[in-house]
Amino acid sequence: MIPLSWYLTFAAILFCIGLYGVLVRKNAIAILMSIELMLNSVIINLISFWRYRAPEGISGQAFAIVVFAVAAAEVSVGLALIISIYRRRKSVVAEDMNLMKW
Amino acid sequence: MSTDLLVWLLPLPPLLAFFLIILLTNRYKAFSHSIAIGAALLSWLGSMVVFFRAINTEHLNLNPFSSAINWIPTGDTWLQVGIWVDPLTAVTLFFVSWTVLMIFIYSVGYHNYGQPQGEHDQKGLQPHGASIADEHGHKHIVPSIEPMYSRFFAFIGLFAFGMYTLVVSDNLLTLFIGWEIMGLCSYLLIGFWYQKPTARAAMIKAFLTTRVGDVFMLLGIAYLYTAIGSLSFSDIFKPETLHILAQTPALGGFLGLSAAGLIGILLFFGTVGKSAQWPLHVWLPDAMEGPTPVSAMIHAATMVSAGVYLVIRMFPLLQAGSVHGQLTPPMMLMTIIGAFTAIFAATIAIAQNDIKRVLAYSTISQLGYMIAALGIGAYVAAAFHLVTHAFFKALLFLGSGSVIHGVEHGVLHTGENVDPQDMFNMGGLRKKMPITFWTFLIGGLALSGFPLITAGFWSKDEILADAFGHGHWVVFIILALAALLTAFYTMRQITLTFLGNPRTKSAEHAQETHWTMTLPLIILGVFAIALGWSGISESFPLIGGILPNFVHEFVGSTLAEFPEALPFSVWPLLVSILVSLGGLTAGWLVYRNQKVGAEDPLKRALGPVYTVLKNKYYFDELYNIIFVRPAYWMADTFTNQILDRKIIDGILHFIARIASSVGGILRNYFDKPIVNGFGDFVGEGVKKVGRNLKIIQTGRVQQYLIMALILAFGAMFFFVFTSLQH
Amino acid sequence: MTAQQIIFLVVAAVTLIAGISVVTSRNLIHSALWLILTLAGVAVFYVLLNAGFFAVIQVVVYIGAIAILFIFAVMLTRRVMQDTGPQSNSYWWLGALIALLLFAGIALIFTNWQGFKALPPVMLDQSGKLVQLGLSLVSPDKYLLPFELASVLLVAGMIGAIYVAGEKKQ
Repeated sequence: MIPLSWYLTFAAILFCIGLYGVLVRKNAIAILMSIELMLNSVIINLISFWRYRAPEGISGQAFAIVVFAVAAAEVSVGLALIISIYRRRKSVVAEDMNLMKW
Repeated sequence: MSTDLLVWLLPLPPLLAFFLIILLTNRYKAFSHSIAIGAALLSWLGSMVVFFRAINTEHLNLNPFSSAINWIPTGDTWLQVGIWVDPLTAVTLFFVSWTVLMIFIYSVGYHNYGQPQGEHDQKGLQPHGASIADEHGHKHIVPSIEPMYSRFFAFIGLFAFGMYTLVVSDNLLTLFIGWEIMGLCSYLLIGFWYQKPTARAAMIKAFLTTRVGDVFMLLGIAYLYTAIGSLSFSDIFKPETLHILAQTPALGGFLGLSAAGLIGILLFFGTVGKSAQWPLHVWLPDAMEGPTPVSAMIHAATMVSAGVYLVIRMFPLLQAGSVHGQLTPPMMLMTIIGAFTAIFAATIAIAQNDIKRVLAYSTISQLGYMIAALGIGAYVAAAFHLVTHAFFKALLFLGSGSVIHGVEHGVLHTGENVDPQDMFNMGGLRKKMPITFWTFLIGGLALSGFPLITAGFWSKDEILADAFGHGHWVVFIILALAALLTAFYTMRQITLTFLGNPRTKSAEHAQETHWTMTLPLIILGVFAIALGWSGISESFPLIGGILPNFVHEFVGSTLAEFPEALPFSVWPLLVSILVSLGGLTAGWLVYRNQKVGAEDPLKRALGPVYTVLKNKYYFDELYNIIFVRPAYWMADTFTNQILDRKIIDGILHFIARIASSVGGILRNYFDKPIVNGFGDFVGEGVKKVGRNLKIIQTGRVQQYLIMALILAFGAMFFFVFTSLQH
Repeated sequence: MTAQQIIFLVVAAVTLIAGISVVTSRNLIHSALWLILTLAGVAVFYVLLNAGFFAVIQVVVYIGAIAILFIFAVMLTRRVMQDTGPQSNSYWWLGALIALLLFAGIALIFTNWQGFKALPPVMLDQSGKLVQLGLSLVSPDKYLLPFELASVLLVAGMIGAIYVAGEKKQ
């Protein structure tokens, strides 16, 4: 039997890896990938809590379904934006997108 | 219409004429003179009605036509003003209304109504001719119409209002109001041709000199009011009032006079100014700068007569306190000044060349007569002479105006450059201007006192008889001498002007003037002859009792004590005839052969005295040094430059400098560093903080995320640790 | 050590190593491929958690659609990014620090929570979960509204992506 703590720890580590990627990577697409890692860790958390705390109900799974949909939508829009920016500025480096400043 | 109402209305038509002309008809010459003459006619008509009613009223002195209204509230009582017609007022109205009407009619012709407008005529200067071309194309210069025609009629209308107000008023206040209105009109009319510098100087001189007299008069009025509490004649002339005034000593025991004496002297000074007695006589000769109708009306018949009217009216006050016919101090003063002025002016008149100047000095002299007469107590004689003098002096002035017009016509015709007013440029005018000659002769004989047939004889004789009869020898002799000189210079004037041969071409081409000028002359001439016959004293030899002595009876009844008629004495009569005929003959003999360009024979006879007389005893120069120049110095140097500019402006500039330096200090040491500095500090501070803080906003998402996370972790750890510690 | 635990540990290690490789790989295509491996590992976890449906969904949606999308995007933006340049920002140490801090924080919170070391309860109806899930998603008194909203979100996202990424007409 796998205790809950293993799953939660794993999700936390995955989340922090994703966070590290978001903060550190230069390429915008790489940042989006890191965000995907974070989202996956969130869904793992949700499902494990469902399984270990309230397996009779279905609320955890419904929540996770919604998160899936949101992640998909967010990725598509994000990539569309990056492509649009790439067309204008010929660069996908996150640091170069600094127009919203003083 | 009741007499009271009529008397109230008497001054109004000329006032109305003044306003109508000024406001409405200034541009329409015919309307203006019609309104003015119509007004004078209305007032004349009213005056005649009042006069006839007055002489047909029994005991007019006891119940005169009077009415009063409350005017100014003074505490519990009212100051009342109103009208008062006693015998003196009635005869004054008589001569005022006649002379005013005659002069108004005369002015139409004098100002050349009907003549064309001159091309070079300007408002403010005398008109000097318009050139017209006749059918052959020859150019003639003819007299041109006065540019300010309507203005003249407006002013003399206002003047007539002032005179009527003065005559009919029943109290000293409205009398003074009328007095001052006439002073104003005199000013305006003397300087009628205001662009002439001499006219400007003369108008100011007239106004200021009479003002000096008026100040004293006002003091007298004020003193009278404080002493009695009323200014109405009915209150002043109550016997009790006069008695009290005569007994009370004057303020501060001034020269030992009684109150009545001081008031009388102060009021008399007003007359000295207004009637041009010495020492305030200097304005009257210069006043001849005005048009001749002005000289006639103001300075012969009415305004200067107003001064004499005042003292005649106030005679009971002046006489108050006299015992057994003794002269009171005011009367003594009047006698001295009157007699002195009479002879003083007469001596100057014999050396004057200007036809109007002679008449001016003559007026001064005759007014001196009247005042001397009043001074010695000859009430009726003074009033009688006032009336007759008004007529014949007006006649003489209007006649001189006619002469000047005639000679000017000659000047314009011939283009000669001579002064049309200088008698030495005239001569032989009796052939060219007969009506003027005969009327002027009548007036001149009246002035000289030609026996029996002229009014002047009767009035002047009465004065001399009174002086002789009451034993005032010095006065008698002085007045007799003055009469001699009067006859002399009058005949001199007539001879030089009318008799002999013309001395200049202008005199040759003179012609008779328009009927609007000669008709008044004729009418006045009638009065100059006939008026004297109303005052023949009863005890006169031969013709004494034929006509009642109307003047004595009527005018004499004004006084509370009816003056008794003097018994006839032959000496004053003889002296009077001698003096008059002698002077006339002498004048004719000396001047009958005056040649062209020859000098005055009097010059050779008198030598240096002649120069003194011609220069009027240098009084003008004396007053200039004593009064005029110091006044200018006071005004210009002292007040303007020293007081005003240096001291007052200096104080102001000093204060301004202090203020500006304080302002500078505040600005530089307080405003700029502290206030501005603080503001700048705040502004700059904010800018610096902003500049330094904006670096955070890099626009890079990852950096924003890092910042957010740091802060979030900080908060989270803080809360976790604080919750763990519990 | 049961078989489940061993499988768990192995798959966890693989997934974590793949995750680290995603965020540290220089080549972006490699990153994407490592991402696929990570997602596959997560799918295995779903199976271990008796949520088999989600494992399938993970493979189909995440690996089959989203990861492919990533690869497309990488290829479309290929030209500029040099494969050999440094991948990380200048302040990578700060990111690592923050990640560690976060992990420490989460761990701290978890260790203070009683339910942390719980064992899985018995699940009775293992096969009927899918039907139950489907019913709950379309029942008005259950989760119909979130379901519809998620649909709307997907439509909006789709339209938005098309518009933003579309070629602008010149």
